[in-house]
Amino acid sequence: MRVKTWLVASLVLIVLGLAAPAFADRRAEARDQVDFGITVAQRGLWKEAVLHWEKAVEIDKTYGAAWNDLGIGYEQLGRFDDARKAYEKALEVEPGNQMIRQNYDQFRENYDRLNRRRGGR
Amino acid sequence: MTASTAAAVVASLGLAAGAASCVDFYEVPVEIPLQAKIDVSQFQRVLVYGFLAGGSNAIDPNTETARLLRSQLRSKQDLKVIDSDAVSLVDEVDRRQASSGAPMERPPADTGPSAKNEPKIKTDKDLQPYQTIFDDKEFWKAIGERYQSPLIVTGSVMFSEMTKSGMVSKPQQYVDSTGQTRYQEVHEWADLKGYSLDSKFIFIDGRTGEQLYTEPLHEESLYPSTQNTPALSSYFELMDKVLPSFLNTLSTQKIRGTRILIK
Repeated sequence: MRVKTWLVASLVLIVLGLAAPAFADRRAEARDQVDFGITVAQRGLWKEAVLHWEKAVEIDKTYGAAWNDLGIGYEQLGRFDDARKAYEKALEVEPGNQMIRQNYDQFRENYDRLNRRRGGR
Repeated sequence: MTASTAAAVVASLGLAAGAASCVDFYEVPVEIPLQAKIDVSQFQRVLVYGFLAGGSNAIDPNTETARLLRSQLRSKQDLKVIDSDAVSLVDEVDRRQASSGAPMERPPADTGPSAKNEPKIKTDKDLQPYQTIFDDKEFWKAIGERYQSPLIVTGSVMFSEMTKSGMVSKPQQYVDSTGQTRYQEVHEWADLKGYSLDSKFIFIDGRTGEQLYTEPLHEESLYPSTQNTPALSSYFELMDKVLPSFLNTLSTQKIRGTRILIK
């Protein structure tokens, strides 16, 4: 019985041990995309930045910062519905992140105003 | 340079580099594009015709609004702005009523001594019978023909005095137990007075007389009742709030702000 328990525990550790580096690799790869996106966004190349952030969230769907940056990029390109989805995904992944919350609140000010207008007439 | 100084320089450079590499967020300026609400590519000119105006008699909302919108349109969009006097649509409707002989249904008029200076439209109820002018396609088409088929801007502007009572918060200075001066927010009941602006901008196709877009906007400015704020400055303060939305009807506007990119 004790041997069996040890076997199961060892298996779990092995699986976790294998998965952790894989996750770390994915995060590192996604982070490279995010970094590059930030670099080009700071030069005003928002379309290119968005391509990199889209790639980042494709690689790692749990990367809140990447979703946040993608939200900003979409907003800058006037793709407001996509921006809302990206910001909301960022908050779903990192609900306590105040920087994401601040970006989202500022975005909502414009977005809500725009939607009031869409139903304006 | 001694060995210890060199070591200190290297160490501080190392620290600086380390700190720089630790930065994981960046505040960036953004310009959010808000697309124009109507396509004005088929017009070369815009005519600010005049408004149904009322509310307070402290200013003439028709003239002031026409003047302000024209100057904003001249500097912030591409259509040529037609120079013309602001037409009082209230007088226009009254003239048409008089010539048709049909009396307009209006609330009973005030016959007091000050009634002579009172505006004809003081409330939304007064405004309603006048608004039929906006549906008169033939009238607007005729205006359009006179000015070479422009985009016509018209609508209603109610600038009214208002008073309110409510809780307001203000900072209050106090000295704490250590003798330091500090501030705290206190809430108190206050009487406020000010103005409200109820505007409805209507964009009409001068070729057909059809309404293209309507935008109702409401804004209020309230001040402590002890403060004496001139009506005209309050009017400009309120118009400042509605102008971006008005201009965004005809032209793409950019909203400037900042966002935080995170690594």
